[in-house]
Amino acid sequence: LSREDFQRIPELAINPLGDRIINAFFPEGEDQVNFRGFMRTLAHFRPIEDNEKSKDLNGPEPLNSRSNKLHFAFRLYDLDKDDKISRDELLQVLRMMVGVNISDEQLGSIADRTIQEADQDGDSAISFAEFVKVLEKVDVEQKMSIRFLH
Amino acid sequence: LDYQHVQVPFEITLWIMLASLAKIGFHLYNKLPSVVPESCLLIFVGLIMGGIIYGLNDRSPPVMDSDIFFLYLLPPIVLDAGYFMPSRPFFENIGTILLYAVVGTIWNVFGIGFSLYGICQVKAFRLQDVSLLHNLLFGSLIAAVDPVAVLAVFEEIHVNEKLHILVFGESLLNDAVTVVLYKLFRSFCEMPTIKSVDVFAGVGKFFVVGLGGVLVGLSFGFTAAFTTRFTKDIRVIEPLFVFLYSYLSYLTAEMFHLSGIVAIISCAMGMKRYVEANISLKSHTTVKYFMKMWSSVSDTLIFIFLGVSTIGENHEWNWPYICFTVIFCLVWRALGVLVLTFFVNRFHVNTITSKDQFIIAYGGLRGAICFSLVFLLPDFHRKKLFIAATTVVILFTVFVQGMTIRPLVDLLAVKRKRESAPTVGEQIHIRFLDHLLAGIEDISGHWGQYYWKDKLEYFNSKYLQKILLREYDQPKSSIVLLYEKLERKHAIELAQAGQLGHGPAHPSFLSSSDRTVITDQKLEDTPNPDVLDNMQEILARNLYRIRRTGPAYNRHTLPGDSEPSERAKEILILRHKSL
Repeated sequence: LSREDFQRIPELAINPLGDRIINAFFPEGEDQVNFRGFMRTLAHFRPIEDNEKSKDLNGPEPLNSRSNKLHFAFRLYDLDKDDKISRDELLQVLRMMVGVNISDEQLGSIADRTIQEADQDGDSAISFAEFVKVLEKVDVEQKMSIRFLH
Repeated sequence: LDYQHVQVPFEITLWIMLASLAKIGFHLYNKLPSVVPESCLLIFVGLIMGGIIYGLNDRSPPVMDSDIFFLYLLPPIVLDAGYFMPSRPFFENIGTILLYAVVGTIWNVFGIGFSLYGICQVKAFRLQDVSLLHNLLFGSLIAAVDPVAVLAVFEEIHVNEKLHILVFGESLLNDAVTVVLYKLFRSFCEMPTIKSVDVFAGVGKFFVVGLGGVLVGLSFGFTAAFTTRFTKDIRVIEPLFVFLYSYLSYLTAEMFHLSGIVAIISCAMGMKRYVEANISLKSHTTVKYFMKMWSSVSDTLIFIFLGVSTIGENHEWNWPYICFTVIFCLVWRALGVLVLTFFVNRFHVNTITSKDQFIIAYGGLRGAICFSLVFLLPDFHRKKLFIAATTVVILFTVFVQGMTIRPLVDLLAVKRKRESAPTVGEQIHIRFLDHLLAGIEDISGHWGQYYWKDKLEYFNSKYLQKILLREYDQPKSSIVLLYEKLERKHAIELAQAGQLGHGPAHPSFLSSSDRTVITDQKLEDTPNPDVLDNMQEILARNLYRIRRTGPAYNRHTLPGDSEPSERAKEILILRHKSL
């Protein structure tokens, strides 16, 4: 699959985060994704089954654990992959989500407030741990789950 | 002394006064509401009053007239419930709620009816003249869970939002089923023979009643929204329209033998979004307060009347029948919940745990609706038996189940609701996840709930908002609104702290003249916000999500009212230090 194939989905064209979601499917620097890669990305959204939780605590975490789901979302924010959401990256996402008619200053204030609420180590950016903490009260497991193929 | 002249309004006012004073009395003793739910206390007061009246007059006290109940006392409560219903959890769980309401109620009705008929066959109880049809009729009125009672009890125990909305939504929506079944069986009682055509007509009638109620409600809701579009110059009567249209929708639905409760709920939910955008801030507050006030008064009056009506000579105490009624109510509800939840869990990601199931089953309280329905029964020789049984069931559920549900919730450690409000950051991230999920669903071709949300939002922005909103060019995303609300609070706090003078010039986020300006660190003046393109914000529902610190629905307080000011002060002080 190439990027054009994804862009042919009409609903994605009007989704504000469409481009970023498409990019998330493609591994670093490549322009094609095969079925395996496609599946791996979608696997993040599998619901968490109860019997899997107690299985394999020593092995690598399954792709659809809460932490990996959040990591997937985090990577959509973090374009330069420095493991932090800087103010600019947040601004970009906000701009995409609220449209063209809020002024930059307002958006900047909102972004500042968001960072201020989340920031605990004072670096004016949101690290992954802080991101997790902000969303700790949200039921991410249920929200980011789609029951495929049932 | 001209008592005859003022008798009726005088007595009504006295009853309402008694109800309100009783309410004050309970809240004076801090310990009492935590042990005994308010509804029990109110019934108790009613019992005392009934006893007094009975002792004075030596005849039965005035029984609560079913007309008064259905026409005057019930609508405010249901309107209040529908208006403040948190729509997002409601629609996310709508499938489950409908399943419980429709299938569950039918299951309960037939189960209770048939098993009571079986009891009547036993010769020792001397009940053989109660026919199957009578039992089914009785079953239909006793099986329905009552929203008033559920509300009264559940709001004090603060379970998690999903559980609350399940039980609550079910109690509201099963009215449609109850109405149909009750009327069906009642007309069957009067018909000499019953053909299968009649049964099918009954089934068809159910759909008519339910969907008709929704249609009536929605049409009144949209008319109300449309009307408020033009009320810019007469702000004072704006709240009146909300109430008038809702009440009209209820009465119209009742007139056509449709479900009034469903109508009034759909009216409230449909008009809420547009009306709140059109009316002024003060009118909005007025609407909220009046609704809470009326529903509070109604609620109290209903319970007191329940107590009063219990005393008297209306009862025939056939203890085996009564006891078995109570037992069957519990048993069939538990079975119904178990079976239905089993099916629900196969199709849904987030399962309903067995603890939740227990609370749902145990929270099936019966209340005043059953009571009024039983008084509406045609007079036949066993009516008093049914009245007695209904009274006992209601008293049992309210007292026993109502009082023990809180310790049981604590004992089972049911997941409680989260106590804090969403921050701006959270809201942004949640919205972000929504978009993400919608995109993934589109990629995988999966028609999940986000798909329908998308469609609804598209329809809304393209057609409805143009017609129903006065200032179509002013819709704002909920993120900006939340931020504005927080900033407004800060401004108020700053003004109170007397520091407004030396702040820098502030950009105004708000355009209408009756809102205060905000202080901030930025210096520029921004122009008025222009048209927000809502097409990009397809998933932004809940335009006016108010920051809330308590449960989403509460009988006694308005949403968003309970002490955010302390928090705002702290945040403000911290920010000022960081400046």
